[in-house]
Amino acid sequence: MSEPLTYSDEALRSVLAEARTIAMVGASPNWNRPSFFAMKYLQEKGYRVIPVNPRAAGQEILGEACYATLAEVPIPVDLVDIFRASDAAGAIVDEAIALKDEKGIRTIWMQLGVRDDGAAARAEAAGLEVVMDRCPKIEFGRLHSELSWGGFNSRIISSKRRRTRIA
Amino acid sequence: MSETPKDRYGFETRMIHAGSQPEPVTGARQTPIFQNIGYVFYDTDHAASLFNLQTFGFIYSRLTNPTVAALEERLASLEGGRGATCCASGHAAQILAFFPLMEPGDEFIASNRLYGGSITQFGKTFRKFDWRCSFVDVDEPENVRRALTPRTKAIFTESIANPGGVISDLEALSAIAREAGIPLIVDNTMATPYLCPAFQWGADLIVHSTTKFLSGNGTSQGGCVIDSGTFDWAQNDKFPALAAPEEAYHGLVFAETFGDMAYTTHSHAVGLRDLGSTMAPMNAFQTLLGIETLSLRMARHCDNALGVASFLEQHEQVAWVSYAGLESSPYRALAAKYMPKGAGSVFTFGVKGGYEAGIKVVESCDLLSHLANLGDARSLVLHPASTTHRQLTDEQRIAAGAGPDVIRLSIGLETLDDITADLEQALKRAAS
Repeated sequence: MSEPLTYSDEALRSVLAEARTIAMVGASPNWNRPSFFAMKYLQEKGYRVIPVNPRAAGQEILGEACYATLAEVPIPVDLVDIFRASDAAGAIVDEAIALKDEKGIRTIWMQLGVRDDGAAARAEAAGLEVVMDRCPKIEFGRLHSELSWGGFNSRIISSKRRRTRIA
Repeated sequence: MSETPKDRYGFETRMIHAGSQPEPVTGARQTPIFQNIGYVFYDTDHAASLFNLQTFGFIYSRLTNPTVAALEERLASLEGGRGATCCASGHAAQILAFFPLMEPGDEFIASNRLYGGSITQFGKTFRKFDWRCSFVDVDEPENVRRALTPRTKAIFTESIANPGGVISDLEALSAIAREAGIPLIVDNTMATPYLCPAFQWGADLIVHSTTKFLSGNGTSQGGCVIDSGTFDWAQNDKFPALAAPEEAYHGLVFAETFGDMAYTTHSHAVGLRDLGSTMAPMNAFQTLLGIETLSLRMARHCDNALGVASFLEQHEQVAWVSYAGLESSPYRALAAKYMPKGAGSVFTFGVKGGYEAGIKVVESCDLLSHLANLGDARSLVLHPASTTHRQLTDEQRIAAGAGPDVIRLSIGLETLDDITADLEQALKRAAS
C-alpha cells in the first residue's frame, strides 16, 4: 500500500477559497448517497456544483442540470471533483487535462478513498493542482471549524478570532 | 502540493488549545459553557439536512453540544484519534464503546484484572443485552487467542489495571485483534494519553473515565470513547451497525458515507441519540480546565507515587507493593515500554496482618482521604475488597488484585513527605 497523502491546511484553504464552480463527476440523484450529501453541503456554502453522470444525464440534481460528460458542461469549471472508484479516475483526469484551457479547470480533486498516483502526476505535469483521497465537504468543514462540532479532530489550532464581514 | 506533518503542535500545546479556538461571535478566549439544549435552524431545508446527517451542526444537546464538542476534539487530539464521543461517565463510555460493535448473542474478551465495576458491568449487566464477555488472564496473550470465537467482536483491556499496578501488553493484544479482524479497546483512564499513547501501540478504540486524572479535581463525572479512525469496519461481516444499511437513516451505510468518521458519527447519531447518556456541558467545561494542566499533574503524580511506593517497600509492616514503576515489579519492563514517563499513581500494597490491619490503616489516615475515586489532586486510600470490588467473588477479587489484605492508593499532588508521614503514622497505629 502506498503512503498516506498529506496536504497542508494552507494549500487546501487556497484551493477551496479560489474555486467557485465545481463539476462533480459521479454525482448521484439519490438523496441518501454520499455524493448527494457533499453536493448539497457545497451548494449551501456558496459553490455552484454541476453534476456529471451519464446515468443521470438530462435529469436535475439539486436544481442543476446533469451532464453525461465533462465536455458537455456548458460553463467554466474551476475544480473537477471525482466521485468514482479509483480505477475510473484516470480517464476522467485525462479528459479534464484535455479540457483544462477550454473550461478554465485549475484543480482535480479525487474523493476520500479515490487515488491514482499516475493520473495525479499527469495532471500536475499539465499544471493542475491535485488533491486525492479527501472530501471537499469534510475539508471545508474541518478548515472552518464545523467538523469540530461533531467531536472530530480538526488538527487546527488558532488564537485568531474569526471575522464576520463581507469579503 | 506542499505537505505538512500530521501534528504540527506538541502535546502540551494541544492540551490547552485543541478544540478551543476563540468563540467566533464574542471573541471569548476560554471555551464558553453552552448551557443550552436546542439550536435554531436557518430553515426547514437546513433542519432536514441536519437530521439526514448531510451537514455539520447542532440539533439538540443530547446528541452534540459546543462545550462537550470542544472536549471531544481535545481528547481526540491528545490521543491522536479521528474523533471522540463524550458521555455521562466511564461506565457510560463502556456501553457506548460496545454499542456499535455488538448484536445480541455477540461476545467479547476482556482482561480478568479489570476494575471491579467493569467486571460487574461486563459480566452481569451486559448479559441483559445478551452481550457475553469472557474474562481471561491477558498476561499470557495466547489465552486471548484461545478464547476467540466467530462471534467475538472485540478485545478489551486497561493500559494500567485498576487497582493492581498491572500493565497490559498492548502490542501483543493488538496483533491478535488484527488477525481476528476485530478492534482492540483500551481503557486508558489510569495512564491518560500523556503517559500511554495507546493508539501508537495498536489500540483501535480508547475509553476513558474523564472523572479521574483528566478532570483531576474530583468534581466532574464523565466518560469518553475515542476512535483511531483506522479500523476498517467493512473488512468482514462482523459489524453490521457500521457496515450494513441503517434503517433509521433510510438505508444509509455509516462506513461508506462517513469513512473514517463512521464510528464517531454513529456514536453520536445513534448511540447518544438512543442511549441518552450525554455529558453535561458544565462537566465538559471543568474537564477542559483540568486537561490544561494534565502533563504537569501527571509528572508530579508519578514522582509522588514512586516516592510513596519506595517508602512502603522499605517499611517493615508492609508485606508487598504492586507498583509497575518499582524495579521489583514483574511489570517493570512493560511499563518502561508502554509508559516510559511513569507508571501512573494508582497502586496497591498489602499490610502485614491481613484484612484487620488493612482496615485499620485505611481508617487511621488523616491526610489521605478514604473514598472511592482516583486520579484526584488529593491522595486517596481505599480497601477494594470491602468497597469497589465488593460485588465480585473471592476468586475474582484475587484475580483482580483486590484480595482481603489489599489497600489501594491514588497518590495526589501534596508534598511527598506529608503523604509518607501520614501513611507512617497510620501503619504505626495499625500495628499497635
